[in-house]
Amino acid sequence: MDKPSFTFDRRKFLKVAGGGLIVAFVSKDFLSFARESSPQGSPSVPISEVGAWLHIGEDGLVTVYTGKVEVGQNIRTSLSQIVAEELKLPVSSITMIMGDTDLAPYDAGTFGSRTTPQMGTQLRRAAATAREALLEMAAKQWDAPITGVNAENGMIVNSATGQKIGYGALTKGQQILRTISDDVPVIAAKHWKIAGKTVPKVDGRLFISGKHVYTSDMVVPGMLYGKVLRAPSYNAKLVTADISKAKAMPGVTVVRDGDFIGVVAPDVLAAGKALQLIDAQWQEESGQPSTANVFDYLVKNAAGEDGERGSASTKGNVETGLKESDFQLSQTYHINYIAHVPLEPRAALAEWTDGKLTVWTGTQRPFGVQEDLVGVFKLAKQQVRVIVPDTGSGYGGKHSGEAAIEAARLAKVVKKPVKIVWTREEEFTWAYFRPGGVIDVAAGVKNDGTITSWKFVNYNSGTAGMDTQYKTANRQITHLPSKTPLKQGSYRALAATGNVFARESHMTDLARLIKMDPLEFRLKNLDDDRFKTALQAAAKAFGWNGPKAPGHGYGIAGGFEKGGHIATCAEVLVNEDKEVKVLRVTQAFECGAIVNPHQLENQVTGAIVQGLGGALFEKIDFAAGKILNSSLSAYRVPRFSDIPHIEVVLINRKDLPSAGAGEAGIIGIAPAIRNAILDATGIGLTTMPMIPNGTLTT
Amino acid sequence: MHMSKKPDPLKESEAILSGSRRDFLKTSSLLSAMALTPAAVIEAAEHQWDEKFADAAEKIPVTLQVNGVSYSVKVEPRMTLLDLLREQLNLTGSKKGCDRGQCGACTVHVNGVRINSCLSLAVCNEGKKVTTIEGLATGDQLHPMQEAFIKHDGFQCGYCTSGQIMSAVALVKEGRTQSREQISEFMSGNICRCGAYSNIVKAIQEVKNNQA
Repeated sequence: MDKPSFTFDRRKFLKVAGGGLIVAFVSKDFLSFARESSPQGSPSVPISEVGAWLHIGEDGLVTVYTGKVEVGQNIRTSLSQIVAEELKLPVSSITMIMGDTDLAPYDAGTFGSRTTPQMGTQLRRAAATAREALLEMAAKQWDAPITGVNAENGMIVNSATGQKIGYGALTKGQQILRTISDDVPVIAAKHWKIAGKTVPKVDGRLFISGKHVYTSDMVVPGMLYGKVLRAPSYNAKLVTADISKAKAMPGVTVVRDGDFIGVVAPDVLAAGKALQLIDAQWQEESGQPSTANVFDYLVKNAAGEDGERGSASTKGNVETGLKESDFQLSQTYHINYIAHVPLEPRAALAEWTDGKLTVWTGTQRPFGVQEDLVGVFKLAKQQVRVIVPDTGSGYGGKHSGEAAIEAARLAKVVKKPVKIVWTREEEFTWAYFRPGGVIDVAAGVKNDGTITSWKFVNYNSGTAGMDTQYKTANRQITHLPSKTPLKQGSYRALAATGNVFARESHMTDLARLIKMDPLEFRLKNLDDDRFKTALQAAAKAFGWNGPKAPGHGYGIAGGFEKGGHIATCAEVLVNEDKEVKVLRVTQAFECGAIVNPHQLENQVTGAIVQGLGGALFEKIDFAAGKILNSSLSAYRVPRFSDIPHIEVVLINRKDLPSAGAGEAGIIGIAPAIRNAILDATGIGLTTMPMIPNGTLTT
Repeated sequence: MHMSKKPDPLKESEAILSGSRRDFLKTSSLLSAMALTPAAVIEAAEHQWDEKFADAAEKIPVTLQVNGVSYSVKVEPRMTLLDLLREQLNLTGSKKGCDRGQCGACTVHVNGVRINSCLSLAVCNEGKKVTTIEGLATGDQLHPMQEAFIKHDGFQCGYCTSGQIMSAVALVKEGRTQSREQISEFMSGNICRCGAYSNIVKAIQEVKNNQA
């Protein structure tokens, strides 16, 4: 087989890997393009086209290099399983080097539930290629037919003679570089022995012993502590600042650059004190929107019909469809801004050494932050290294590198390493939020359950989950961007948390109009087998048709997001004081072939728990450019006592490619609870969060 | 220091009402209680130093035991136990999630009782025995709660985990493990944003059952 040799940045490879076997993933499309453009057969592949690589050393140990980062979703373990499976090695012989821009190939970021389907696939093929290469080398060495050698437990075995050789011994003294294409044979999921099983977290001991070093725990020689002066409100302008008292503190440096003022001190307490000693006058901006008028603001400032973008689909004519219906239902749903609340706040440690900037920080986009730093400091990429230690969560809220830039700015001035750790208040105020939104849904339904018209307009919060899988004869689905009073960005499942709430609430309301069971109504309007299977699995495990005591209500919801199908059933109890208690939740989840069942269950359960917050009580209160509930005592997040009995039903489709699972699990819980409250009380809530005070208000 | 002064209640109240710390210290009958007040503070008062210099002199010696090791340190009065552990003793296993006693990530044991170390001043722990996550294992032998957290996968990102484990160990000792509801109620001071609550409860139940 023709194996082209590529001109990589060999120094980068060899510095990292030394001797042994290196397998790099380069996409097939690029391979063909590269071959065509280099008739001599030695095309050069820029590092940017390499997705992942792994290295098998002379000691037989495997190191995988990926730009993905670990934020609690446990891809460190699942990716190790995928590699171990193809290489027929125990998981313990795999080391994952993650999120280091010097060592790993470029990666756009850890988000979008993409690690399992994309990085997982690349690594699977890389490991399979490595396996095939080792088999070839052994066959050659023993002068045996390729069909007579097998990989088993880290060894290549000659089935005819019983000879064995370890992977490390095979590659000893060599520097072999292989590239892979899409058609390397991989082990089918139904034959999995390591992937597909529940393997405990590979680094688990580090976390239960307190030994894992998060960015915020890091200490390096000569390190100082930084803090940044924050404005009293958004859009405030610095008028004057008297930094003399802060400067006079022993060991303190004040860094001033326009409106940016930061302090650097020998310890955390001194840094805090120095910041307090700065006497700053600000001009605050008046007339900013507040929580009270945010929804009107979003609608009023939305792009006009001609400015629309992201329309998911238009089919037929929704007005005609309405005329054909027996019942019409028009409703507006309101989705509040909420916060991610990662338990580890933003943190960064920056160090300049001989013109090279190294920053350790918890971000989901190490290469994105690298680009940001390159831009801010006008450096070349090789001069910036971003390293992401396993981080105390992100949930889509750590795409950015604010703390990295701040720490680098301070470190540059004081010429010492500087660590910045945001306070909880800063994390609530100066990061970004899940977008708020207004959703107008107008639908028409016939007595036999046919949906004749479906018009769905999302203001501001986004397009994710906007589409409907249900059969609709006429539909018009639109997203209108708007001006946002709060900085907004990614969140787990993005706008799907709100859009699916609106859709699934509306679906149950339509069912009730025609006196049809909400599950039956959904199944009737679905051709999608995977969605139907999920609904039926959830309903069955839940006991959807079971008897209910007075005050109890059942609700159902379903959706599809990032390759995952989910269906959620919830039971609530509403007492005479109109207090709502969520008693139990059953969620079915299907995302193709399951790599690690227990960890998947954890992700799905965790998503439900987080979703409970946004469904029931999480809400950012703001006015006059200030976040009013920027603490964990004022912004309520789900705690132990909020958790209902949760049952997760995993549907394992070994015949389908593995999809990601970080996000889909969060989209069904809010509408399921909403529909259960409706079932118990007749009250159909249309705002997220639904019961911020714990009780229903009529 | 003049400890032999006879108390004069009137002068005492004047000093308090006048709001002058320096005067208060000079005249107060509580001077006898000054044995517990750091010498540095008294020195500052007597010399009428203003705040800045008084602060600089105000490092207070504290001796306490952490994970069986005795430490004699000097700390600012405002320093929390959490900051003492993390910043001065380099025990970063206890985490800072909010620094306001609202998340529980900083949970440690003081004389066997679980507290939010961010709400305890270092100086208030004179002579006390502190246990942190680093002190649970015995060499390579993990504490049963740590084993249970691994077995039941009671963590995802791991940031709350130290606090969860310390809280859970104390909870079992408190006997508040009679039901899932009781466990949930009395663990409510520990937030897990990743939502590993169900597995944490299972871990606690396992440890409780194995004790029986």
